[in-house]
Amino acid sequence: MSDRPYEVIGTRPVRHDGADKVTGRAKFGADVRLPGMVYGYVLRSPHAHARIRRLDTTRAEQFPGVLAVVTAADLPESPDRPVDLVEGTLPLRYVRANVLARDKVLYKGHAVAAVAAVNRHVAEEAASLIEVDYEPLPAVLDVLGAMREDAPRVHEDLRMREFGETTERAGNIAEHFRFVLGEVEPSPTGEGLVPKGFADADVIVEREFRTAMVHQGYLEPQNATALWNQDGRVYVWTSTQGAFSAREAIAWVLDLPVSRVCVYPMEVGGAFGGKIRIYLEPVAALLSRKCGRPVQIVMPRRDVFEATGPTPGTVIRVKMGARKDGRISAAQVWMAYETGAFPSGQCAFGAMCILAPYDIPNLVIDGYDVVVNKPSTAPYRAPGATQAAFAAESVVDELAEKLGMDPIEFRLKNAAREGTRRADGPKHARIGCVEVLEAMRNHPHYRAPLEGQNRGRGVALGYWFNIGWYSACTISVNPDGTVNLVEGSVDLSGTRTSIAMQAAEVLGLRPDQVHPVVADTDSIGPTAVTGGSRTTYATGWAAYEAAHDVIRQMKQRAAMIWDVEPAAISFERGVFRTGERTMTFAELAARLEETGGPVIGRGAVNPASAGGSFAGAIADVEVDPGTGKVRLLRFTSLQDAGRAVHPTAVEGQMQGGSAQGIGWALFEEYAWTAEGAMANSSLLDYREPTALDVPPIETVIVEVPDPEHPFGVRGVGEANIVPPPAAIANAVYRAVGVRLRQLPLKASALVDALRAREN
Amino acid sequence: MPIVFLPPPLLALTGGRASLEVEGATVGELIENLDRTWPGLRDRLLDGGRLRPHIRVAVDGRISPMGLFEKVSPASEVHFVTAVSGG
Amino acid sequence: MRRAMVRVQTTVNGQPAEFLCEPRQSLLECLRDILGLTGTKEGCNDGNCGACAVIMDGRLVNSCLVLGVEAEGRTILTIEGLARGSELHPIQRAFLEQGAVQCGFCTPGLILATKALLDRIADPSEAEIRRWLANHLCRCTGYDKVVRAVRQAAAELKEACR
Repeated sequence: MSDRPYEVIGTRPVRHDGADKVTGRAKFGADVRLPGMVYGYVLRSPHAHARIRRLDTTRAEQFPGVLAVVTAADLPESPDRPVDLVEGTLPLRYVRANVLARDKVLYKGHAVAAVAAVNRHVAEEAASLIEVDYEPLPAVLDVLGAMREDAPRVHEDLRMREFGETTERAGNIAEHFRFVLGEVEPSPTGEGLVPKGFADADVIVEREFRTAMVHQGYLEPQNATALWNQDGRVYVWTSTQGAFSAREAIAWVLDLPVSRVCVYPMEVGGAFGGKIRIYLEPVAALLSRKCGRPVQIVMPRRDVFEATGPTPGTVIRVKMGARKDGRISAAQVWMAYETGAFPSGQCAFGAMCILAPYDIPNLVIDGYDVVVNKPSTAPYRAPGATQAAFAAESVVDELAEKLGMDPIEFRLKNAAREGTRRADGPKHARIGCVEVLEAMRNHPHYRAPLEGQNRGRGVALGYWFNIGWYSACTISVNPDGTVNLVEGSVDLSGTRTSIAMQAAEVLGLRPDQVHPVVADTDSIGPTAVTGGSRTTYATGWAAYEAAHDVIRQMKQRAAMIWDVEPAAISFERGVFRTGERTMTFAELAARLEETGGPVIGRGAVNPASAGGSFAGAIADVEVDPGTGKVRLLRFTSLQDAGRAVHPTAVEGQMQGGSAQGIGWALFEEYAWTAEGAMANSSLLDYREPTALDVPPIETVIVEVPDPEHPFGVRGVGEANIVPPPAAIANAVYRAVGVRLRQLPLKASALVDALRAREN
Repeated sequence: MPIVFLPPPLLALTGGRASLEVEGATVGELIENLDRTWPGLRDRLLDGGRLRPHIRVAVDGRISPMGLFEKVSPASEVHFVTAVSGG
Repeated sequence: MRRAMVRVQTTVNGQPAEFLCEPRQSLLECLRDILGLTGTKEGCNDGNCGACAVIMDGRLVNSCLVLGVEAEGRTILTIEGLARGSELHPIQRAFLEQGAVQCGFCTPGLILATKALLDRIADPSEAEIRRWLANHLCRCTGYDKVVRAVRQAAAELKEACR
């Protein structure tokens, strides 16, 4: 096909690490076995908020089999400064305080001390002998309550940042920001701004939404194995999305130069944003320094829930007005995100996405990041956007209904295009918003009749960015005509292959002739985190550059052999040519030694962000009005992939993101006791979707190539989780006529709402 | 001339003007030239000669990791936005 | 203080295996920490994720819920024992060809669950597959490609039996 000018891009080879993954040979963090290795256990706070009056580790230290005990007193005390944690900037003191609590514990599960012992049972027993005298403090658990002036304070030293500047206001609001577009005026109370344009509107919908805190839910618990070597270097084997970001964070917390830390990124058993931040790594390192042996810590599942992730619960108010002609005239959004124990900045991401699919002339968005006594929140796949889309896409659906318009036609009428200004200011680059909506409208699923009682179909749209950022890659040519590709991007889901395929395309090789290796931080140039839908986009670009560097050098070798200028040599589909003379890549690869030695290509890039990726979802549900159970009958995910390098992998991302969105829609939430303890910290009680809960997930890959990327790639890892909750909520409404505005869409809430309507 | 859009916190320095036309071939030059007309802008955007940690620059809709060195054309739009990463 | 150790004789992946363990150690721990068979994964350690599934005397069990001492005299199959020499088992191949592996952490459990299912029901329906796999959480794939892999493996194994 003419629009498929590629040999490799767009094919579906078996992934390079496949055999290791299906034979149990792939090494995850907890599989690391080092000579003399001992095991750590972390003691955690039983209180949501308490002052540590006294901490005595004597009995634990004396327990047989114990090699070391550490507390926050073992952390260095270098001067505080802001550090860039990939997902936001935090004061270093907060980063350290989350690793090991110093004066106060800020959530149940907050790490307080750690023990290294001959095995994990001994370590756990010894940890129970550590005496901690807590003075319990009132906990703030509710985002709105936390915003009140008289609320207990999570941090005495926190001052609100407002519009980018630190104010004198103490309290739990970490940040207030505002996005404004078009014409606005002071609100009637004089405290804020409201957009003009509601006066023109024929219909106005104003609603409040709440979403529960949820967890990334990866199957592999956090782990870290550290060796503080006798030469002063620290080696860390860990499950991280970014070896280099982990290296930096470990170095900051331990007050070491980055070059004294080497991170070996292990296979990662799921991450979804939750494995960017560090937790156990500095603790294992400190234990290792004390006992002189490698120390491994693996989190129990309870700790994964209570002390890592989760992603913020929210309260979001959306008001939108539209005219009879179907155009949205104004939008006002108020959003508050609970960040957990430390600021996180995710509200801003939500605000940048909430109206991004639409061209709205006048809008005001006010956002608040609010600290509460819950685990410090971490990014989760399109962080902040899913909650936001649940609110906005529910309101958009209601507007369409009130105007008597088809929900996709209504969205198309207002769809963002290249050049549409986003709420945060910049104009959209080339995007596939319209193309995704058209694919939804034209899909057989949307056109298929849906018959039967209590059944309904809902749609929704979602947006997420593709960040660019830095990546490094080297390619060395083997004498047998294959190449080794060394990259710094941790492979979460098969990116070894999608990156290798981009090199193979340039080199005229088969994908299996490129052997990809994910290297440690001593062995490859700095590469940013695997996140932000950037890896296939940016590291693939680095591989493209490295492959071209190989070709450039190989042409010089061919020129030497043929005694012509390198410029006289062409390279196409694996063959070097000048005039009538040809040499295959493999033939030339065998002659590198005699023509100057090894050929090593390098690629180092730092590309700008792509135009972002849009995803749509179509959901059919059946509601049992007696029990409130929502059954998914059919589900279709559609997403703009720019250019799908490995369509199977793209489909896998779409299906996985959809299933997570389905879990968020229907089951998943942190349940809290009145004291602020998570009441459901097991995989039995925190309900992730099983194979029985999700239907076959149909996928449609839309391809609107990103004009900047050499192959047109857009990242596809995230946007797919954004629309499902709203699509399902909209489907439930169309099934039984009740709109639930709280995630998850609990069966009990649905039954209550149906009963309330009857009365 | 390129147009620079300022985030709300900086409008106090420019008498409320949210977008300004300014000469320059790179983002760094734009900021230097802006600071001449509106003193104090540079220090609000930069810290130690670099963009403040939470600020990124978007040129023509693309968030650039090149920051001050990013090239701009006479038709460019430049925004200062929150740093975004992802999950 | 030395804890009493128990000697356990068992068969793992077709070979006799003998180890010493504490009575409180789970089979999962014994496989991973004593026998070095780290292909079996610990996801929750309380029987709710299925990542640690192994086949014991022909039955699929969560090895975190079995004590090491219970392995005495039993026959255990772990993910390391499934491939035939240098050839992947058809189930392993099907998982790769269908793209049913993303992070790969739940994969050993899912593959052994598939084996246990297909040993019992040669040609399971989609509903039967989903019901059987419902004890195994996978956070990456949304299960769609996993179900396809099971169907491919079932078809191939049936063909091979003919």
